[in-house]
Amino acid sequence: MGRKLLLEHINVPGINTFDVYRSKGGYAAVEKALKTMSPDEVVEEVKKSGLRGRGGAGFPTGMKWSFLAKPEGVPRYLVCNADESEPGTFKDRYLMTYIPHLLIEGMIVSSFALGANTSYIYVRGEMMPQIRILEKAIAEAKAKGFLGKNILGSGYDLELYVQPGGGAYICGEETALLESLEGKRGNPRIKPPFPAIAGLYGRPTVVNNVESIAAVVPIVNEGGDEYAKLGIGRSTGTKLISAGGNLKKPGVYEIDLGLPVEEFLYSDEYCGGIANGKRLKAVVAGGSSVPILPANLILKTINNEPRLMSYESLADGGFITGTMMGSGGFIAYDEDACIVRNTWNFARFYHHESCGQCSPCREGTGWMEKVLHRLEHGHGKMSDMDLLVDVSKKIEGNTICPLGDAAAWPVASAIRHFRDEFEWHVTNGAEATTRNYGLAHYADPLPKLETAG
Amino acid sequence: MKVTIDGIPVEVEPGTTILNAARQIGGDIVPPAMCYYSKLEGSGGKCRTCLVKVSKGSEKDPRPMPKLVASCRTTVMDGMEVQNITSPEVVEARKGVVEMLLLNHPLDCPVCDQAGECHLQDLGFEHGAAKTRYEFDRRTFEKIDIGDKIQLHMTRCILCYRCVFTADQITNTRLHGILNRGDHSEISTYITKAVDNDFSGNIIDVCPVGALTDKTFRFKNRVWFTKPVDAHRDCDKCCGKVTLWYKGEDVIRVTGRKDVYGEVEEFICNTCRFDKKKTADWVIEGPRKISHKSVISSNHYEFTPLPVVKTNPVLMEANKEQFERDTRL
Ligand SMILES: Cc1cc2nc3c(=O)[nH]c(=O)nc-3n(C[C@H](O)[C@H](O)[C@H](O)COP(=O)(O)O)c2cc1C
Ligand code: SF4
Ligand code: SF4
Ligand code: FES
Repeated sequence: MGRKLLLEHINVPGINTFDVYRSKGGYAAVEKALKTMSPDEVVEEVKKSGLRGRGGAGFPTGMKWSFLAKPEGVPRYLVCNADESEPGTFKDRYLMTYIPHLLIEGMIVSSFALGANTSYIYVRGEMMPQIRILEKAIAEAKAKGFLGKNILGSGYDLELYVQPGGGAYICGEETALLESLEGKRGNPRIKPPFPAIAGLYGRPTVVNNVESIAAVVPIVNEGGDEYAKLGIGRSTGTKLISAGGNLKKPGVYEIDLGLPVEEFLYSDEYCGGIANGKRLKAVVAGGSSVPILPANLILKTINNEPRLMSYESLADGGFITGTMMGSGGFIAYDEDACIVRNTWNFARFYHHESCGQCSPCREGTGWMEKVLHRLEHGHGKMSDMDLLVDVSKKIEGNTICPLGDAAAWPVASAIRHFRDEFEWHVTNGAEATTRNYGLAHYADPLPKLETAG
Repeated sequence: MKVTIDGIPVEVEPGTTILNAARQIGGDIVPPAMCYYSKLEGSGGKCRTCLVKVSKGSEKDPRPMPKLVASCRTTVMDGMEVQNITSPEVVEARKGVVEMLLLNHPLDCPVCDQAGECHLQDLGFEHGAAKTRYEFDRRTFEKIDIGDKIQLHMTRCILCYRCVFTADQITNTRLHGILNRGDHSEISTYITKAVDNDFSGNIIDVCPVGALTDKTFRFKNRVWFTKPVDAHRDCDKCCGKVTLWYKGEDVIRVTGRKDVYGEVEEFICNTCRFDKKKTADWVIEGPRKISHKSVISSNHYEFTPLPVVKTNPVLMEANKEQFERDTRL
């Protein structure tokens, strides 16, 4: 059984209150950092921990922090990205709901490390209950002297604010988030400049995911080196996985990075296998934006090695046979799932959520959605698959923000791995509206390396 | 700073963008720009037609950039090497962008006032395909009057944001310009508020397509049947330097003076644009030079001789009549 760093006390009654959280060792990291460490020492521990951003891109957090510009007399900001809107991902919401003080504690320690005296938690607009929970937790922490002026007599001041978003997926993109936080339309900014140089109100800013910030707490408590002992290779520590789809036990799990995908899927400690005794057909391993893989390729890499839940192993095989860790939204599809319908559903989401600034994403997402809609409803053409791949290529890499890529990858990968099923939708249009294609060969053992391609 | 674009070196000031460096070189290697507008702060980066490949980052860090970049928003580094029309990847990507821009466009050029001076038309002609692969209904909107002089025809809009930046930068209040998201975005009629402003007419000039048109000119004529003449007047609001568009003896339209990239030299006020439509209002400077490639020059008997004709005395004599015609109105 893996160690739990974030969710260890998640089942303790009342852990959402300050007193219970404190009695379980909560806010020790604040005491340790503010009383015994310098801001740079905290940054150093985070660097040593090897922690990588949990918001999707997996960029090393310590490195991001050390890029923060520190001009004299200019305020700096830490902004927590709690916009979590990626289909399949719900770990941040879980953490904020049940153990809000962990995030608050992480915010205090991280703000201290970065020298920020005002910090924001930008929460997705639909999460009204979580916004209330966080506000209550902030009030509690403030009453106990962990926020406000001269925290614990250390001379360090911090004000923490919760800002509800308007409920747009694109406001999770860090620069769109900053625009929205400034009260503007949430359009991603054109980079450079990066937020580390000119972020919120043009000031140096760090944007981090909820889980990244929460992970700073055990890193400070136990030291970066200890944290780095967990996990595998450059995927250090633990990761929250939102497991959803046709699973026996969907939910949020904290895993040691490096856990085999097979164990995560089938062991009773985690997902417990596929629901209703069905067989696994496909997995989207990191939230809707990452490439979908058929059952055989998610369990094994193309070299027939077991695939692990780590940044590197999930990406093994690149875009041809691999996928990505993304935000950790693990969606399982059983043999009854229709990949065409699912791809259309994702495409519809990206079409709806594109901010519309750049032409390839604005127009291309709508185009893909319409073609997929036609395929799903049995009016598709054999040429549609190549058309979709071509449109996805015209979007990928040519846009302002990664939403364009995120819209292109699921479509391109679904056609790459499930082309038979798409073709069946064309040749058997009427039948495709009444039944699904089924498992076909998608769970078959991988061909031997010589014939694989 | 030295930068090389499609093999042509040029010295530019630090902070210059790749696009502006290319414009210093001029000619075919200048990437097309549908959203960038040098007079509008913050413009650019959106349409993606100006994408180029940076094959060498700089002298110091020669690594190529991993993705194509928007040349209008990427500043040059010393020793940078850029590929525009020499890169098949760029040409392919640009074709894709043009297809996207035309995807929901109504293609109603025959009834569009902008035809003949439309940048989307030029772009489609140069980089687009003859047939669309799009088989769905195109997005449409109702026409909206922005005041009594300007009409917004959203259906033709390419969401370049130029009018939004114009409205933003000529007024002190912030005028949110775009409603909704994605391909259901639209230019909001909040811009009507900018119409109280003396400079609102400039949104017509900055619009690269026929989405914002001058109602005082609407359906009066095709631009290629009119003749552009530079003129000026003493104006207490703006520079007073304009282009008058003549049909016979009548001024039927007044605009700012546009350069080869479709950018006005200076913004003009609404009085000059909408209310001064008599020759007597203006001091005439002479015919406006229009690129001989433009359809507008086709009725102007303008003659752009080959360099050899200009330098060879025999050929000059032979073409004398043409030269004289060129200098007449
Ligand atoms: C379209 C889009 C949506 C995103 N949504 C989120 C989000 O909801 N939450 C999040 O933490 N990061 C999101 N990101 C990633 C952020 O831009 C950013 O990389 C992240 O917040 C950085 O935090 P980290 O370094 O801690 O991962 C999104 C990115 C894109 C392009
Ligand atoms: S890629 Fe899409 S979401 Fe991102 S800026 Fe462009 S249009 Fe907006
Ligand atoms: S109306 Fe014209 S200027 Fe305004 S965004 Fe649309 S195309 Fe651009
Ligand atoms: S001109 Fe550069 S992106 Fe539009």
